[in-house]
Amino acid sequence: MFDYEILRLIWWALLGVLLIGFALTDGFDLGTAALLPFVAKTDAERRMVINSVGPTWEGNQVWFILGGGAIFAAWPFVYAVSFSGFYLAMFLVLASLILRPVGFKYRSKRPGPKWRSRWDWALFVGGFVPALVFGVAVGNVLQGAPFRLDSDLRAFYEGAFLGLFTPFTLLAGLLSVAMLVLHGSAWVALKVEHGPVHARARRFGAVAGIASILLFALGGVMAAKLGFRIEGVADPFGPSNPLRTTSVASPGAWFANYGLHPWMLIAPVLGFGGALLALLGIQTRSEWAAFGGSSLSATGIIATVGLSMFPYILPSSIDPHSSLTAWNASSSEKTLGIMLFVTCVFLPIVLAYTAWVFRVMRGRVTTRLVTTHPDFY
Amino acid sequence: MDPTVVDLSRLQFALTALYHFLFVPLTLGMSFMLVIMESVYVMTGREIWRTTVRFWGKVFGINFVLGVATGLTMEFQFGTNWSYFSHYVGDIFGAPLAIEGLMAFFLEATFVGLMFFGWDRLSRLGHLIVTFMVALGTNLSALWILIANGWMQNPTGASFNPDTMRMEVTDFGAVLFNPIAQAKFVHTVSAGYVCASVLVLGVSAFWLLRGRFTEVAKRSMTVAAAFGLASSLSVVVLGDESGYALTDNQKMKLAAIEAAWHTAPAPAGLTLVGIPDVHARETRYKVEIPYVLGLIATRSLDRQVTGMSELVLKAQERITSGVIAYDAVQKLKANPNDLAARQVFELHKRDLGYALLLKRHVDDPRKASPQLIADTAWDVVPDVPFMFWSFRTMAAIGFAMIALFATAFALCSLRIHTRTRWFLRLAVWAIPLPWIAIELGWALAEIGRQPWAIDGVLPTFLASSSLTPVALITTIVGFTLLYGTLAVIEVRLILKTIAHGPVEDDLAPLADPIPATSITA
Repeated sequence: MFDYEILRLIWWALLGVLLIGFALTDGFDLGTAALLPFVAKTDAERRMVINSVGPTWEGNQVWFILGGGAIFAAWPFVYAVSFSGFYLAMFLVLASLILRPVGFKYRSKRPGPKWRSRWDWALFVGGFVPALVFGVAVGNVLQGAPFRLDSDLRAFYEGAFLGLFTPFTLLAGLLSVAMLVLHGSAWVALKVEHGPVHARARRFGAVAGIASILLFALGGVMAAKLGFRIEGVADPFGPSNPLRTTSVASPGAWFANYGLHPWMLIAPVLGFGGALLALLGIQTRSEWAAFGGSSLSATGIIATVGLSMFPYILPSSIDPHSSLTAWNASSSEKTLGIMLFVTCVFLPIVLAYTAWVFRVMRGRVTTRLVTTHPDFY
Repeated sequence: MDPTVVDLSRLQFALTALYHFLFVPLTLGMSFMLVIMESVYVMTGREIWRTTVRFWGKVFGINFVLGVATGLTMEFQFGTNWSYFSHYVGDIFGAPLAIEGLMAFFLEATFVGLMFFGWDRLSRLGHLIVTFMVALGTNLSALWILIANGWMQNPTGASFNPDTMRMEVTDFGAVLFNPIAQAKFVHTVSAGYVCASVLVLGVSAFWLLRGRFTEVAKRSMTVAAAFGLASSLSVVVLGDESGYALTDNQKMKLAAIEAAWHTAPAPAGLTLVGIPDVHARETRYKVEIPYVLGLIATRSLDRQVTGMSELVLKAQERITSGVIAYDAVQKLKANPNDLAARQVFELHKRDLGYALLLKRHVDDPRKASPQLIADTAWDVVPDVPFMFWSFRTMAAIGFAMIALFATAFALCSLRIHTRTRWFLRLAVWAIPLPWIAIELGWALAEIGRQPWAIDGVLPTFLASSSLTPVALITTIVGFTLLYGTLAVIEVRLILKTIAHGPVEDDLAPLADPIPATSITA
């Protein structure tokens, strides 16, 4: 139906859709968990915040799992190289994410304040650490990662864990935290009863919104010194073998796409505009506008990264023949076609029943509800 | 590859998978038992069944979250620890994992929240449908994971592409309808049903012994008896055996389980017990039942069950042929347009993986001497004594489960199950047994596949990531501490829930405002 080039392009875009889907759904769970100790002071307040995501976080988390599966299926090189390269960072993310399901479920099982406070910590770590590490990882991807492929296409990573942290990658990590905390506070403001928690969520949301704008702008300035470009012609129909492409570091190259395709500027505009809309919504107490704004902002920020780097997905900072691009790191044409078919059938179904579940669970969570109802966490 | 890295990666995978697999079988079975109990509730409208469902739902929930939490590790471990595997077969192996997320895990995880929180927001029938969706999603998850795992046991529908240096899909239908995957699926989910039935049976028996919550206990026990009997029969009858003898690897696995060092004249006898001697390559003091193995493995009296020595000879031929394929791949790497090399490759590509076995002993398989090839061929034999004994333990527990549930079913039918104390005690003691069988079964399947990560395609020692032992030890220690802590908490919570019984919590909220310990302090 589609040729190999179009399929690769579609799967490159779907990779973005999955990451954005993850940021928009599980993103507010992460943000909410990172906010938990700060917006909620009493046990009833904490339970209210936890239960604002309680019934739906599990389904949201599947976006993360699906992201992993889809990268494995459509971009096996990216899956193999990035996860083994960022080995200890991945461990950090997994360990913190493991704390989340148990934190939600087990916190309410015993009444002791000490027990509950420990799980509050666990939930905070489960929200904050992944948000930070994901951002740091994206920063590293933008910088290029120190890996090379041998002639059998086995990946060797030549960096150390501490090397992951540079001023730029830390900034990317903070941006990611700010973006998700903004999204989380917009969610909390939407889902909890009016009262002290609601007021605190708005306050943190405003701070996170301003931080998002500043960090995104500063990130743009710093990213101006980064970039790679392909030397010679890349074959979008060629076999997935990175060794046949030559890449050179080319400061400023991450901005080149915007000159070639000015429509792409819509992504950074959304990144800034969405955050402004969120701020405006917070100020005027229009909670849907705030949540819509934080969603648009996250979409714009993630799309900016993807579009700036296109066709790169994971450039190598040490070997001109190892960089992974949309043209040399995909699955075979057949697999991409099959997976596209499966996605077209099942993604709409998933979206439909997810929407239904959110509708059934609509309405604000109150402290009275969580303290009188046996089914709440 | 550094052998320490490979061994540590295997250790880590084994630890995280065995741990994950403590929770998954219970989820598989428990979700369907909830559907059964809730259906009775919807049909009869009797409150006692609602109480029953809500209680077991609580146990399900405590277990479910750990299944999900540990599943995260599994999903990403292929990339983190087995990156060459991920590159080599991602084109095929990644697809079932992605489809699992899209088709099954989304279903299960989205509805599980509604299952717990939706009691007041849905009609009775609506809630039953939600519970059913969770059960369906859980079991579909198992299907896709086992399609992926079945492909590692029997890699059909794919071939090596020298232009990309990896395996690529040729026939996705063959991957989906892989007979070994189908056999593994029915066997594994049935085992999960048994696991859940034994837990429900044992806990109900415990309550009956104590004379507590008898109304819920006797009903739960009846459901467990019926569901458990059907499932335990299906585990043993459907078994794994329908998949055997299809590929060299499964033949080898069967031979190792039987410690059959040589092909015996048909029909082969089933070795009941014996002492496999790896050095002498023979089994001492064996007690054999004539004809039975031939019947099980070939469903005939005239076909042979191939022994290990004969399979090793075949492996030796395949290594020799594989070296030719390897040589052609090296030529194609230098010049993709070398038509002669491509022709040679096409003839021998089926055996390429066997040449890779030599890489454990020599960098370039083309330099291997005939003697080295003959010795390497013995690498394809897995750990025979382990296979021999773990299979027997697993199978014995399988038969014991049939006996347990047949008895339970009879007692429930006669309505004397609340009084038969010897049986109630037995049912409590039986609780750990299915877990032992399930973990052994998993180990059999995975260790029985060694030395291959993917049978005949990629040896395990080549599949791992290029990591340092320090990084691996760090994560192994980290996972062990985290998992160990969570295991202790989970067991305590389940015991507490069981002790508390099917009583709706009289919510005693902590006096509010609670002196919530400030987390920032």
